[in-house]
Amino acid sequence: MQVVVVLLIASVVVAAGFLVAFLWSARRGQYDDLDTPPVRMLYDDIKAGEKPVTPAPSPKSE
Amino acid sequence: MAIETIAYDNKTVRDFGLATMVWGAVGMLVGLIAAIQMYFPALNLNILYLTFSHIRPVHTNAVIFAFVGNAIFMSVYYSLPRLCKAPMYSDLLSRLHFWGWQLIIVCAAISLPMGFTTSKEYAELEWPIDILIAVVWVIFGINMFGTIFKRREKHMYVAIWFYIATWVTVTMLHVVNSLEIPVTFMKSYPVYAGVQDALVQWWYGHNAVAFFLTTPYLGMMYYFLPKAADRPIFSYRLSIIHFWALIFIYIWAGPHHLLYSALPDWAQSLGTVFSIMLIAPSWGGMLNGLLTLRGAWDKVRESVVLKFMVVAVTAYGMATFEGPLLSVKSVNALSHFTDWTIAHVHVGALGWNGFLTFGILYWLIPRLYRTKLYSDKLANLHFWIGFLGIVIYVLPLYFAGITQGLMWKEFTPDGILRYPNFLETVLQVIPMYVIRSIGGSLFLLGAVLMIYNLARTMKAGSLLASEQVEVPAREPAPSAPFRFSHRWLEGKPLPFLILAFVAVVIGGVIELVPTFMIKSNIPTIAAVHPYTPLELQGRDIYIREGCNVCHSQMVRPFRSETERYGEYSKAGEYVYDHPFLWGSKRTGPDLMRVGQKYPNAWHYRHMEDPRSMSPGSIMPSYPWLLTNQLDTTTTAAKIRAMQALGVPYPLPYSAMANFDLAKQAQVISDDLKQGSIDCPPDREIVALIAYLQRMGTDIKGASGGTAAGGP
Repeated sequence: MQVVVVLLIASVVVAAGFLVAFLWSARRGQYDDLDTPPVRMLYDDIKAGEKPVTPAPSPKSE
Repeated sequence: MAIETIAYDNKTVRDFGLATMVWGAVGMLVGLIAAIQMYFPALNLNILYLTFSHIRPVHTNAVIFAFVGNAIFMSVYYSLPRLCKAPMYSDLLSRLHFWGWQLIIVCAAISLPMGFTTSKEYAELEWPIDILIAVVWVIFGINMFGTIFKRREKHMYVAIWFYIATWVTVTMLHVVNSLEIPVTFMKSYPVYAGVQDALVQWWYGHNAVAFFLTTPYLGMMYYFLPKAADRPIFSYRLSIIHFWALIFIYIWAGPHHLLYSALPDWAQSLGTVFSIMLIAPSWGGMLNGLLTLRGAWDKVRESVVLKFMVVAVTAYGMATFEGPLLSVKSVNALSHFTDWTIAHVHVGALGWNGFLTFGILYWLIPRLYRTKLYSDKLANLHFWIGFLGIVIYVLPLYFAGITQGLMWKEFTPDGILRYPNFLETVLQVIPMYVIRSIGGSLFLLGAVLMIYNLARTMKAGSLLASEQVEVPAREPAPSAPFRFSHRWLEGKPLPFLILAFVAVVIGGVIELVPTFMIKSNIPTIAAVHPYTPLELQGRDIYIREGCNVCHSQMVRPFRSETERYGEYSKAGEYVYDHPFLWGSKRTGPDLMRVGQKYPNAWHYRHMEDPRSMSPGSIMPSYPWLLTNQLDTTTTAAKIRAMQALGVPYPLPYSAMANFDLAKQAQVISDDLKQGSIDCPPDREIVALIAYLQRMGTDIKGASGGTAAGGP
């Protein structure tokens, strides 16, 4: 069953990596704004050469 | 604000989309052929390459890595640049990625039917292809991370987090599970043996489901569902919480595939506990998807894209509720090795992966081709046919699984098995197999309708290969994408500690793994000996022919199983098994204790035509084993590889192994002659018989004859 050690280590390494990523992202302000990113992704990019008409966003209820 | 013009590469997206459609249809068709063989084995036309045990891995690999894989890449190559407001990092890498992945698929489609398989589920591909997969995966990684680093959006939308987790974890899984010693070109042995190999395999297998079929698809859901509904996701906060929870918990759930096996009990319990915990983050994702549509359900009525997506998310919720349920030991005791598992995975595969892919394709292809979908009516028809197909597919299999599970366990009042003949329990569920294949046909028919519909759409429009868009210019930002300087680390003791730990661990693993593996090969049961050269060759034929696809080698410690098969399996019996062959499905009976149960001649005739020995059997015939000559040129290399893995053959043995092999083969050939079968000793069937007669016999003498099985 020694392979459990290998799997544990591999899993812990990845989990630690994710933890670092989480801490890093949280500190870098990735989660400071939880309101605009879900809305911003709805906008399509402005096609080159077209007039930048802002499409009306569907209002977020509540 | 300065404006920059950038170009999104839609051609790669389209190419991955085409590949998704083509390989999807192929994979489903192969699945249908396999499903029909379950009640009509003659459909293989006695051709090796069409036989169930050879094409089942083709089906699973095609739908997972070809259909779902290409759909993932299609979605990433579309959504990632748009979320990052940056074109993909390198067009050259995009091309290499696309063609490399198709090359892998072609290699798989050729090598698997030929019998080049490691036997490990969803990791069947042999070592040269494993290396190719690693290379292409790294190309994908560079392209993805390069794009992320060059992004113009500070915030990484939640979909990107799912893509990142997918890449990182799949990388680790693939590397750890593919550690193998090449023996010849296209043949290898895993470094792990027996219980250890089983644990690694299902740690991989479960996480392949988690990080190939689930996390990327959640990312896709988070991008395409809001886009299609034109509404923001219900709760961005929930999406972030459930993402981190999901990836931290998922990785520990693998042992639930090995409940009641020879795996230590604590590891089994660990798997169960984490599996049950998984309900929370999984349902977090499902609810987040469904609630996005709150107040907009009228859109679902009109949009076929949303219809597909709603069913997909619902199927995800069902599958992720059922999964933890099946991880509870008392449920698993009934469900394991039956068709219940097959039904469970198809709720996920057909519903979640299939329908989400269809929804995305219907949304994406008209956009790429700047036109409208050719026929909404046809798409709606696809939706209903596909939906009906899923229902008609899974319901009979639930019924079959539970029926068969109960029949295996049923005793008469006198305390003997009510259905001692395994075949009875198979014949009972054959009508269910017939209905299942009808469901599968409907699902495939729906997919074909979609391909036609989208082909007409493509013809009507024209591909916008390079989409020029205007985005705000990148500021010479103080927030450079990645400032992971040592200075920064020094100021942060905790991350520094973790990174140092990681570095140490990697070194430790490299140093320790071989030691662990070889030490663990010391048998704990003195009566267990390495396979003879002939048995070893026979075992490799067993693997090549995919016997493990339908036959388990794991007698669980239930009275119903020890009565039927014999003494339950002990971990110490598998120490020389590179790879383990426990199997996951009993379409036929368990073979752990088949050794010495039947005469050699029985096996010979059974391989020639199973129905001559057990009328009504649905096992395919393997007549080529009777005529193929055994390749003994590999024996020495195989023995040497086993020695390198710590199997205690005497040291100079590899040179004389073939001498022993010939001797043992002669004995079997002579014995067959007694049964008036004229079989030269150099045929493959002889090696296979030698292996079958050896199976599970090592401890027979030691355990005082309790191993005498049922009929």
